[in-house]
Amino acid sequence: MTPSPVTEQPVPARRSFLHDKNIVYWLNKFGPLLALVLVYGFFALLNSRIATLVAVETIIQQTVIVGVAAIGMTLVIISGGIDLSAGSTIAISSVVLAMLIQTFGVHPALAVLGGLLAGMFWGSINGLLITRLRIVPFIATLGTLLAVRGFAKGLARGMPINVEPTWLNELLATLPPGQRWQLIPPGAWVMILLAVAVSGFLRYTRLGRHIYAVGSNEQTARLCGVPVERVKVLVYTAAGACAGLAGLMLMSYQEQGDPTGATGMELDVIAAVVIGGGSLSGGEGSILGSMVGALIMTVIRFGSQLNGWPTWMTQVVTGVVIIIAVAVDRLRHRQLA
Amino acid sequence: MVESGITAVPVATPRLEMQGITKRFGATLALEQVDFSVAAGEIHALVGENGAGKSTLVKILSGAHQPDEGAMYLDGEPFRPRNPMDARHQRVGMIYQELSLAPHLTVEENILLGMEPHRYGWIRWREVRERALEALAQFDRPEIRPDLKVSDLSVSAQQLVEIGRSLAVGCRVLILDEPTSSLSHEDIERLFEIIRRLKGQGLSIVYISHFLEEVQTIADRLTVLRDGAVAGTSAMGGITPYEIVTLMVGREVKELYPRSTRKPQEAILEIKDLGGVHKPQSASLSLHRGEVLGIFGLIGAGRTELLRAIFGLDPVRRGQIKIGVHLGPASPMKRWMQGVGMLSEDRKGEGLTLNLSIADNVTISKLKGFGPLGLVLPQNQHAAAGKWIKRLAIRATHPGQRVGDLSGGNQQKVALARLLQHDVDVMLLDEPTRGIDVAAKAKIYQVIDDLAAVSAKSSRPPKAIIMISSYLPELLGVCDRIAVMHRGRLSQAQPVSEVDEHKLMLAATGEGGQA
Repeated sequence: MTPSPVTEQPVPARRSFLHDKNIVYWLNKFGPLLALVLVYGFFALLNSRIATLVAVETIIQQTVIVGVAAIGMTLVIISGGIDLSAGSTIAISSVVLAMLIQTFGVHPALAVLGGLLAGMFWGSINGLLITRLRIVPFIATLGTLLAVRGFAKGLARGMPINVEPTWLNELLATLPPGQRWQLIPPGAWVMILLAVAVSGFLRYTRLGRHIYAVGSNEQTARLCGVPVERVKVLVYTAAGACAGLAGLMLMSYQEQGDPTGATGMELDVIAAVVIGGGSLSGGEGSILGSMVGALIMTVIRFGSQLNGWPTWMTQVVTGVVIIIAVAVDRLRHRQLA
Repeated sequence: MVESGITAVPVATPRLEMQGITKRFGATLALEQVDFSVAAGEIHALVGENGAGKSTLVKILSGAHQPDEGAMYLDGEPFRPRNPMDARHQRVGMIYQELSLAPHLTVEENILLGMEPHRYGWIRWREVRERALEALAQFDRPEIRPDLKVSDLSVSAQQLVEIGRSLAVGCRVLILDEPTSSLSHEDIERLFEIIRRLKGQGLSIVYISHFLEEVQTIADRLTVLRDGAVAGTSAMGGITPYEIVTLMVGREVKELYPRSTRKPQEAILEIKDLGGVHKPQSASLSLHRGEVLGIFGLIGAGRTELLRAIFGLDPVRRGQIKIGVHLGPASPMKRWMQGVGMLSEDRKGEGLTLNLSIADNVTISKLKGFGPLGLVLPQNQHAAAGKWIKRLAIRATHPGQRVGDLSGGNQQKVALARLLQHDVDVMLLDEPTRGIDVAAKAKIYQVIDDLAAVSAKSSRPPKAIIMISSYLPELLGVCDRIAVMHRGRLSQAQPVSEVDEHKLMLAATGEGGQA
């Protein structure tokens, strides 16, 4: 070994933004969006009715419940976890909300808070099971999936709780002619605002960066002083809150608190995140991507209905799209490596 | 007496012969023209410092790597294993340092894993049992029953199962890589007995160890590797430990190490009789501002565990830690807040999040002051990282680049930049120069010296630094005092002026009483 002089290597000047990134980068960033355009275009070719304003409104309206829950699931998946109990949490929140209004006569605004708290409660239970008892997230939330569903049924005595219409029901109602200027129902605006807020939160706050760090490499995060356990509990609690909000949307849409509602919806929610570029090994995912993923699935369902396709065909197509999305994602990773 | 080359090879055809083995990894020359041979019924020890090429050599022998040049012969026949399974079929068995058993399977399943006797795909369990028992019979340890689950066995019993796996194929050459690093004294004795018995049956054994006292007890002959080449080969009787160490470290120290005026100030880190779960067993030291304290020791001695315990990554079982005014153990988060930072030896697994950017990696430990209202604005993170990219000469296109895309040396600079950005007072550096090029090493030595030196320009107090390394010249060049860790115990730190490579190596291998 000869001692070589240490030379200061000049750091290349930063090139223009566009030249800096290659095609892979852009595909990476906007791949899901491109997929949405392709799927939508495909159905538009088959049936032009999907290209009307009303159809777009309906698609967004039908995306809200999954979309809102997907915001929380994105946080969980970025942190390297999974939440299988999302569907059950949505149901119990809608039941709690309906009971507060109908059985206890609570003011709707307070009742909404109650529903959200119910979601947060179960989310924090997930977080504590995972961090304190060190149960892997898949198993912990598989357990709460069943337990929470059971509690929801017990609370509602197995029957849906009908709720007298209040302003809450306008959240996801199709807009009356006089309010067309709003473009989409208020619940959809709630989803969009929440998505923007959480997106900014992930990018611009300490906790947001910590979530990525924990999912990307938990050991490094711990070495760097990130309170890994606290981050995880907060993430699952936030996911519970999002599921609670989705429960409100479900109640608003169905005008009842349904203990059997949203059964299996966690899989739609996870699929939305995965189509949107989330990686189940953590560290990757974006709110924008997950929203687009949720939209892709609604477009497929709505487009199939519009064309009179049978349900089985819709399911096959949705399944194939999920697999293609993840396969493309893997190929992209191989290219990066 | 020290011979070089292969003059001591017996006249008869050796069981195993390696001639002119050369292996490159990219630009690094891992092995250069290595000759090595073992006779039937001989125990041949392979020693050398960490990174001298021992592992590469036995990996070539066991088929895990292919040599770039050179030839191997087994009982006079050309031997070129394509993979470990191939080597095993040619009856060359290898016992790795980390056990490679399937913990959920039984002893017999492990022994015959990958070569289960079968008929049309149906396993013949009776034959599995017979062959496992046959292999286990060598050990005289009836409590290791073939139907037990491996995870229920003690570590030493598991090691015997590993050896049994090689015996079951009737191996001619058995390679043992650091077999005693996790064994107790009695278990080591029993293992030696078994090794001698196998030797008596005509097996050729390649024995790799850091511990010279073991090598002296068990081996017939020894070969010393240094920097990828054979430094010497000798019969065990004809060489003293001092001569072995001379062969291991015999190289000059280059002027790679800057040394400014350092004035040690008040003690900032003090530990007394610190003990972890297994390691360290007992460690005491006091570290002052304005000094670099080196910790030498062999892999597995417990150096990393000591730093991890101080930093709160591993539990502390007993003893005292005092950092500044803070007493007792604390979490890594607290340690950072107290002004302590740690650089991990495992750069890829723990030190860095490879998927995230340079800016994220540099700033993650303290995401404060990067925007109004506690917000973390990426452009400010980038500006902070950009500063270190320039100062440490990190080769990167921009601060947003993925750390995983950088070379090893530049990755290590990013890991170090985290401590600098955090502006910690106490730096715990675990093998800061492992696996990086000379230019990056020189830069890191420079940074360490700057931090420890009394600054003429500013009134900022100097930092306190602990540096672990397996590379002696580096420790002697960079540190003010050096302590040695041996089997979980830390020796008293000595000023560098009072130690040399021989003393340290003897202490680390358990030969010298005191460093």
